[in-house]
Amino acid sequence: MHRSVIIQTQDFDAAKLVQTIRLQHGAQIGALVTFTGLVREQNLVTGDPSAVAALTLEHYPGMTERSIDKIIDEAQSRWDLLDVCVLHRVGTLEPSEQIVFVAVASAHRDTAFAAAEFVMDYLKTRAVFWKREQTEAGTHWVESAEADHKRAQQWKIDR
Amino acid sequence: MSQIKVLFFASLREQMGTGEIDLDAENLTELFAQIEIRLGAEARQALQADNIRIAVNQDLIDREVALNEGDEVAFLPPVTGG
Repeated sequence: MHRSVIIQTQDFDAAKLVQTIRLQHGAQIGALVTFTGLVREQNLVTGDPSAVAALTLEHYPGMTERSIDKIIDEAQSRWDLLDVCVLHRVGTLEPSEQIVFVAVASAHRDTAFAAAEFVMDYLKTRAVFWKREQTEAGTHWVESAEADHKRAQQWKIDR
Repeated sequence: MSQIKVLFFASLREQMGTGEIDLDAENLTELFAQIEIRLGAEARQALQADNIRIAVNQDLIDREVALNEGDEVAFLPPVTGG
């Protein structure tokens, strides 16, 4: 299985990332599921009604990449996958900007859908990133939501 | 004594007023004692909170470990990506 883990400050072109995966595997791919996460204007988790002006992401170079690698390892052990690509931006982002991209290629759609969801659920709770939200009311650090933990727990791994 | 690079991330960096300090310690217990001397008892308590994870050379640890010259000890508040 091929994989790519990319951490960068600059924006990305999802179509180009998809094209790279298609060129790598050609007609072996029957399903290619992609997910793009955007910076939402309001934080529905904390209930802070003030609009988010900016989101700043911080990471731990090296350990962050390894934490994503572990998530991909786990996905690979569960499903027969051809490719997993995770691109995560860091730095300061504004609402509506792209923040994360996940692509999973496999022979069949059920595995591609499941693995993409699995990777996203674990990025929310296990990947080594920190987010600071800036709103009209001030700035605060975001913690992963209880709902995200429940989603991740559905996959029943504990390590 | 071994010189250890200590890293604080996100909310902990703000709370400690610095992202990185160098300390001399042979194990985690000594490291916490040195942190208290350098940054105060409140800082030590914040770093020993239940939701703070510790990584030594980028591997999470959950028990006392020996530290060696040049080791990197990172304090990680709760993470969230995606």
